[in-house]
Amino acid sequence: MSVLVNEASKVIVQGFTGSEGTFHARQMMDYGTNVVGGVTPGKEGMKHLERPVFNTVENARKETGANTSVIFVPPPFAADAIMEAADAGIEVVVAITEGIPTQDMVKVQEFLKDRNTTLIGPNCPGIITPGEAKVGIMPGFIHQKGGVGIVSRSGTLTYEAVDQVTKKGLGQSTCIGIGGDPIIGTSTLEAVKMLMADDQTEGIIIIGEIGGNMETDAAEWIHQNGTKPVVAFIAGKTAPKGRRMGHAGAIIGGKADTASAKMDAMREKGIIIAESPAEIGEKMYQALHQ
Amino acid sequence: MNIHEYQAKELLRANGVAVPEGIMIDQAGQAEEAARTIQKKTQTSAWAVKAQIHAGGRGKGGGVKIARNLQQVKEHAGHILGMNLVTHQTSEAGKQVNRLLIEQGIYYPGESEPAEFYMGILLNRDTGRNVIMYSTEGGVDIESVAEQTPHLIFREEVEAGLGIQAYQARRIAFNLGLHGEAFKQMVKFVIKLYNAYLATDASLMEINPLFKTSDNQILAADAKINLDDNALYRHKDYAALRDTSEEDPFEQEANAHHLNFIKLDGNVGCMVNGAGLAMATMDIIKLSGGHPANFLDVGGSANPETVEAGFRIILKDTNVKAILINIFGGIVRCDRVAQGVVDAYKAVGQIDVPVIVRLQGTNAEEGKKLIDQSGLKVQSAISLQEAAQMVQSTME
Repeated sequence: MSVLVNEASKVIVQGFTGSEGTFHARQMMDYGTNVVGGVTPGKEGMKHLERPVFNTVENARKETGANTSVIFVPPPFAADAIMEAADAGIEVVVAITEGIPTQDMVKVQEFLKDRNTTLIGPNCPGIITPGEAKVGIMPGFIHQKGGVGIVSRSGTLTYEAVDQVTKKGLGQSTCIGIGGDPIIGTSTLEAVKMLMADDQTEGIIIIGEIGGNMETDAAEWIHQNGTKPVVAFIAGKTAPKGRRMGHAGAIIGGKADTASAKMDAMREKGIIIAESPAEIGEKMYQALHQ
Repeated sequence: MNIHEYQAKELLRANGVAVPEGIMIDQAGQAEEAARTIQKKTQTSAWAVKAQIHAGGRGKGGGVKIARNLQQVKEHAGHILGMNLVTHQTSEAGKQVNRLLIEQGIYYPGESEPAEFYMGILLNRDTGRNVIMYSTEGGVDIESVAEQTPHLIFREEVEAGLGIQAYQARRIAFNLGLHGEAFKQMVKFVIKLYNAYLATDASLMEINPLFKTSDNQILAADAKINLDDNALYRHKDYAALRDTSEEDPFEQEANAHHLNFIKLDGNVGCMVNGAGLAMATMDIIKLSGGHPANFLDVGGSANPETVEAGFRIILKDTNVKAILINIFGGIVRCDRVAQGVVDAYKAVGQIDVPVIVRLQGTNAEEGKKLIDQSGLKVQSAISLQEAAQMVQSTME
């Protein structure tokens, strides 16, 4: 097994005909993802990348049976796109878009409360289950099917961890880029719970950063319920207080959300901490071969 | 985006939130005229003269004075304008005061005792909802209130779909111990303030002190507003609120090149694609015995132009003793990035500090070869560990 996406996932692309949507849809298809169509309002009836284009997510779902959507819509329209997908009953919505206003996401969060949609992101690289489906913008070739689940708030830092894991001969079950914004659809804890329940996953890597309490919340749960080794790296030990470090959510607000405070709290809960980003793969390897 | 107190109060006033009458000046000679204008409107016989810088703790640093007559207004303005204000939120060097806010005095005698409260509106990241934090203890550092008397801090969370409800505003006014006219005014204030927070796309609104006058008016005596950068596109007029003199000159230049740059005070510069990897690279510099001189995310493309701009900005910092470029090539190919680094290096001309380039991902080997054969004094690495060791040996 794996989580969220697999070879049975039927994927539509929102913002299909735009340059980002086009480029990454093609990359996903080349990887083997079952992209069944896309949505661009006003272009229904057209074919794009040999796939049908629809005006609405509702139509796309009806015609193709899609259960997964990936969003490349520009920030002013992205929150709306997420709500449209949820309203149409899409089960997994992956929002790649960076730069959505926070108050738009406050509304989205409320909207999703009564719906059976799992939102991943926004401001994330997406999800990949190696060898089955890539729903996002990550480079496919660094991944390898295996037993390590990865949960991360970052993009390229995730690729770094994936690459280290692959070079250790371990491979990944599913890698979930949960996103770098202050409000995201799936928290570190929720992603960890999925991977903890997944048969294929033997160990979990958490890549966190400064800001918020998500990593320590996850550590608390793992301490009580964890059944697999968990390795964590928290980026931003050298980040100054009160500055936004690239990601909208990466800002130190108080004493508890510094990288050091998080690492200490997680270590106390039995999480294996990688002090250096260069040793994430090595720590996982050791944990699985003890 | 951070803005000044006087700008924050203009935004509040425009959204119907009660603030004291005030006028911003940037020359001491304008102080008396401003004070007279305020007096005509409000009949005040006292004024506050307040330094406008992007930092808290201005009063303690001597940047806020009360004037009892026009002569004192002039004296305080002359003294504060141009001064180097050092507060617990500025660097040791402080910040030069270029603007002043002259405001109506609000501590006048009347039927009841004046009172100072605290109110802040911000996002609760755990619930994804906006929360109003408030306290009976205003006019002091709220962080110390939170530490010493946490039971005096209250929270009111607002449902996104519904917005603030009247009962919530009443609960706040009751918890602040108000009654009569002051209670009514507070209920009105809270609702207006929350709606202003939404209307302006603020990421933080902090009113400290939130002031009850002796005649039971509720006013934002001080105001701090941070605006959500992601929402600036729908508030085109906010561009005028930006005060570039408050920004680091390096960061401004980087901004002009669309680079995400934050100046730090270390000795190893870095250039990275992706924010998370950039932070991790700073961390690995520290672990290798150096100190990061900056945060710099060149974004997805890492082309010759951005790399060159990055080089130039980093090299302006004379503390920089080495530069680490760390690129994980996903969609962007490492050989192309390597060519960009070589071109940029040549375009910059003389670079007197060691440069370490770490390329990993798509075509990493080709990229490394390109760097090694360029004849430039650039060391190349593939694994992050190797790069860290190279930084370490330059530090020794």
